[in-house]
Amino acid sequence: MRKGKIKIDENRCKGCKLCIPECKVDEIRMSTKSNKYGYNIVEFRAANRCNACTLCAIVCPEAAIEVFELLEDDK
Amino acid sequence: MNGNGTVFIKGNHAIVEAALDAGCRFYAGYPITPQNEIPEYMSKRMPEEKGVFIQAESELISINMVFGAATTGARAMTTSSSPGMSLMQEGISYMAGAELPGVLVNVMRGGPGLGNISPSQSDYYQAVKPGHGDFHMITLAPSNLQEMYDYTFDAFDLADKYRNPVMILTDGLLGQMMESMDMKHDRKPLYPDAKKEWALTGAVGRKGQRIVSLLMDPGVLEAHNIKLGKKWKTMIENERKYELFNVNEETQYLIVAFGSMARISKGAMKLMKDLKIGLFRPITVWPYPYEELKKAAAGVKKVFVFEMNQGQMLDDVKIGLEGSKPVEFFGRAGGGVPMPEELCDFINKNK
Amino acid sequence: MKEKVLYKRPVALSEKPFSYCPGCTHSTIHKLIAEIVDELGIREKTIGVAPVGCAVFAYDFWNFDVTEAAHGRAPVVATAIKRIMPEKVVFSYQGDGDLASIGMAEIIHTANRGENLTVIFINNTNYGMTGGQMAPTTLAKQVTTTSPLGRDVKTSGYPIRMSELLLPLQGVKYIERVKATDAISIIRTKKAIKKAFMNQITHVGFSFIEVLSNCPTNWKKDPVESNKWVDETMAEFFQIGKIKDIQ
Repeated sequence: MRKGKIKIDENRCKGCKLCIPECKVDEIRMSTKSNKYGYNIVEFRAANRCNACTLCAIVCPEAAIEVFELLEDDK
Repeated sequence: MNGNGTVFIKGNHAIVEAALDAGCRFYAGYPITPQNEIPEYMSKRMPEEKGVFIQAESELISINMVFGAATTGARAMTTSSSPGMSLMQEGISYMAGAELPGVLVNVMRGGPGLGNISPSQSDYYQAVKPGHGDFHMITLAPSNLQEMYDYTFDAFDLADKYRNPVMILTDGLLGQMMESMDMKHDRKPLYPDAKKEWALTGAVGRKGQRIVSLLMDPGVLEAHNIKLGKKWKTMIENERKYELFNVNEETQYLIVAFGSMARISKGAMKLMKDLKIGLFRPITVWPYPYEELKKAAAGVKKVFVFEMNQGQMLDDVKIGLEGSKPVEFFGRAGGGVPMPEELCDFINKNK
Repeated sequence: MKEKVLYKRPVALSEKPFSYCPGCTHSTIHKLIAEIVDELGIREKTIGVAPVGCAVFAYDFWNFDVTEAAHGRAPVVATAIKRIMPEKVVFSYQGDGDLASIGMAEIIHTANRGENLTVIFINNTNYGMTGGQMAPTTLAKQVTTTSPLGRDVKTSGYPIRMSELLLPLQGVKYIERVKATDAISIIRTKKAIKKAFMNQITHVGFSFIEVLSNCPTNWKKDPVESNKWVDETMAEFFQIGKIKDIQ
């Protein structure tokens, strides 16, 4: 299984929640935080389930999500 | 056409030749009498000069195409007659707001409404007080075909100089008539290869730039208007143009007339050689040569204002004279064109 | 562990955060256009024409040359730019009030002239920026601020299907109606917009992409519900799919 992670640009997120149903492994949820514009924003749960599918980033209107695939170090 | 020399040409064709000589490479226009010879002749001549000719589907489309062409830095023009010019007011204001150069020609006809297709000066107000918003536009009013040609060329230079639309205000009489004039194909535009840093030519090696007239942030639009205001002031200081004809210390009566009416006035003056009559002819009707008018009228008994409307430039004459002289107005309306004798009669009765 | 970037913010977007409401389709389509401009390597030769409406500010968000146009006039502004600089990639971006109402003459004639440019049409069934008034695309019985009892087709007519209206014009080469309500539909939309840009680059001709879009604020729905309304109600009247494709 591919491993991944996402990085959410907190000051771009507007808390529209479109990314939440898009994540099939339940890695994104609303946080209790607000950004500098006052938007209640989402957060990455980092529960080791992200597979870097990029669907959340594709659906994010704000281009606020970056997606990374985590690669095993060369032995 | 090649080379210089005297040609016998139609007014509307002279405009086309002047525009092409000035480097105009984009034209959009819509049919309306009495300016149809411009798009017709342009549709043949523009491709010969490797420029773009588009027959637009309305005057709204014409002026907005000129807006688009101007964003690229190209010299662009549209032409129309009175009702079409009304439709163009939207785009003229947007061009002034976005600081885009462009040349507009209004070959005036009778109005209001659909009016008729006879020569008229019914759009003086629309030309000197154009569009919505707080802006101005240099407006040149030729009175013969040499000027039609020369001022159309000038208009392109002025448009680039100030990044603002410039209008040629003429009428069906000058547009339709033929006259001999000198072509000056060798004349060089003042800003031929001026690098228009603001133009949209693709963001090569730089960030994207924009051309806008919407300025929503608090205070920004006011600052923009104040900047434009300085531009209007510079135009007023530097671009006033006028002709004095037979004005001297002995002049007793001063006629003020522009465009075709100035021609007819000169005809009347020839018939009244016993009276000491001079003519003051504003060539730029905006900026209006107020001070020069007052000076020219200083020694006269009376000022006669003649127009092919019911008294539009009359306002500017009164502003210029500041109440210093009595003013008599004679006008023909709705496409009526006076004979010189009518002007003579009016002067004789009211002198 | 090493990290490989699989998705990042496109270069053709400026740093400025979108001014649109949370979940607005405008943001999504702006982003897609920027991604396509990056992928085609055309940032330095793309010229956009922004409309009047919410997306008038598009020029703040794209890092390529953009001009504003008066309401509805974007296609003819784009026409002049493209005719003068045929080597550039020129597109207009317009909403439904702009394109289907005040700009009807401009879009029809630009399409009919077969100008080699791209039009992106954002249809959200109302005038977003001015506060949600009825548009030509407003659905029958849909409530807006100027149809408080719902659009009455007897007095306001039926909603206009712009894509179908342009279909018979011979100058038009490609029309597709898409939506952007979930990742899959966004991927399809991106493909359609990219094809429309490619059509221009390869001189195929006039391409028109209609994007069924949301308007959460004026619809008084949250973004998720808004997209559901697009999927279930809007897309029933405005059928998704390729409408014309001539190569």
